[in-house]
Amino acid sequence: MPTATAPLDRFSLPDAGGHFGPYGGVFVPETLVTALQELGAAYDVARMDPVFQAELRHHLKEFAGRPTQLYFAERLTKHCGGAKIYLKREDLLHTGAHKINNALGQALLARRMGKRRIIAETGAGQHGVATAAVCAKFDFECVIYMGAVDMERQALNVFRMRLMGAEVRGVEAGQQTLKEAINEAMRDWVTNVRSTHYILGTAYGSHPYPMMVRDFHRVIGQEAKEQILAREGRLPDELIACVGGGSNAIGLFFEFLEEPGVRMTGVEAGGHGIKRGEHAARFAGGRLGVLQGCKTFLLQDAEGQIEPTHSVSAGLDYAAVGPEHAFYRDRGRINFAYATDDEVLEAFQLCSRLEGIIPALESTHALVEGLKRAKVLAPDQVIIVNLSGRGDKDVQQVAKILGVKL
Amino acid sequence: MSRLAQIFARTRAENRAAFVAYVCAGDPDFETSVAGCRALLASGVDLLELGVPFSDPLADGLTNQLAAQRALESGMTAARVGELVRRIREFSDAPIIFYTYYNLIFANGVDAYVRAAKTAGVDGILALDLPPEEAGEFIAACRAHGVDTVFIIAPTTPDARIPKIAAATTGFLYYASREGVTGVRDQVAANIPEAIARIRVHTKLPIAVGFGIGSRAQVAQVAATADGVVVGSALVNCVRSNLADRAKIAPALAAKAADLSAGVKRS
Repeated sequence: MPTATAPLDRFSLPDAGGHFGPYGGVFVPETLVTALQELGAAYDVARMDPVFQAELRHHLKEFAGRPTQLYFAERLTKHCGGAKIYLKREDLLHTGAHKINNALGQALLARRMGKRRIIAETGAGQHGVATAAVCAKFDFECVIYMGAVDMERQALNVFRMRLMGAEVRGVEAGQQTLKEAINEAMRDWVTNVRSTHYILGTAYGSHPYPMMVRDFHRVIGQEAKEQILAREGRLPDELIACVGGGSNAIGLFFEFLEEPGVRMTGVEAGGHGIKRGEHAARFAGGRLGVLQGCKTFLLQDAEGQIEPTHSVSAGLDYAAVGPEHAFYRDRGRINFAYATDDEVLEAFQLCSRLEGIIPALESTHALVEGLKRAKVLAPDQVIIVNLSGRGDKDVQQVAKILGVKL
Repeated sequence: MSRLAQIFARTRAENRAAFVAYVCAGDPDFETSVAGCRALLASGVDLLELGVPFSDPLADGLTNQLAAQRALESGMTAARVGELVRRIREFSDAPIIFYTYYNLIFANGVDAYVRAAKTAGVDGILALDLPPEEAGEFIAACRAHGVDTVFIIAPTTPDARIPKIAAATTGFLYYASREGVTGVRDQVAANIPEAIARIRVHTKLPIAVGFGIGSRAQVAQVAATADGVVVGSALVNCVRSNLADRAKIAPALAAKAADLSAGVKRS
């Protein structure tokens, strides 16, 4: 594992071209280059504009329901018999996950840029639901692309999006999951780029998306830091979050990157185990490549064709990982682990039974690692697990897997 | 003079545009693809653009997506694409360019990829998702191995950006005449002559126009001002509609190319 050589300055990244060291950048068809530059310029103005920031804070509070609680999971803590486990309750946000932070931010930006049409991709449906909600609220036309397989396993979220006025377009190509939904959203954007803003849902893709999405989620870590200091009078020993593209994780981690005493772990989808096509743990089975706008770790074959992925959670079922995570992994600043489908299903039930909280299958990946770490840490140590979403959307799928007839 | 420079010099001298044909390498299978390329090059095609199939062709419409899928399913690999070019070189000296996505070039080392392409007989490479800003390593490898670079200019490209793209290009500039993915449209974009004039202010490179061109009349319309006319999906459709009897694919491509390429002559 490479170690840090230069002092870490979290605000120095990405560079002007969107690079996080060797990762990130802008790898898109020429038609989109200028749109991305315009988006970057508009965002640069908005991020420094107190009026924009105040407006965003207002909607995060009034519409999304921030701040979210930092909840002491007493019975999970007792069950593990080690470190204290706190849950950052992003699941309590309106629409059920952290995704609303970014959807609100980008919708306000799109409005400033005069775009009237919004498109988005979605995997688990949480980003699609968040986007549909903000489009209803701000009166945008809204089209959501979703893989046909994901529409099947997240049927409730499809109906939610449609209730809120979004058009949900199923994508039948390839594996019919998140990656294909992004391809199709990019095709729409390249066709309608003058009228349309693409609300990318994770800290991925071409610059400025990884930076912008990260910034809109930084509030998670800012709140958590304040809350844990108020509660424990000290910083946490560990932060743990699931990583698909990595938006909830970078949102929680960013505020703590320059706190050397805080260990951070991103948890990828181990699926059925680290065999080709059976998982989505990019750092366990991937290598450097370029996909959907960005240079990063990818699951690919010897020639660079993208490999199929699998996870019980649609939101983590993706062949690439956000470039900022790849950068901090090289620095040894963020560790990565993975949780398998079986571990996730067990922890999903355990959390529901012990805490009365049904976590999203994505977030449950973080919980699996949190439970493992709590067991090896001392009782006076503190872990924060980002409970990035709620599991209501997953209950049908879990019932099916467990053989329960509803 | 490179094969690309030669063909544009020749077509200019003949007062016509170059007819550029796109097909996906290995669609629907290796031998049919060889026969298809042979048929195209015997039917008025000046420059062959070979799509190197990628699992995630996000700049392509459905026709080309399905072609890539068929090619991959038939077992196309980087080595087989190289083999296809070598087979074409047995009967043709026409310029050949690769039309592909950057990960296939990048995954095993850019320099090695470009060198292998050159050895196989490829004259130029166009990577759909590689803007000049990210193309330093690619351009260096192409210069080192004598492979021409081809970059795209889009309707959304501002004038100020054209010199940067032109500076990265050695083969020809590819003007994607409409916003959107590849595929045949009822009408070609209306403002192509203006766009070409806009580009010519900044460069002497040949300009080929593609995206959405599928009939002889459309070819003629574009050929009036462009140095090259690219037809892709209309040809790929000849493959797609003859999948039940693959022996018919090469004749269908030949007939289509002969019909379309008649449009490149300027009156």
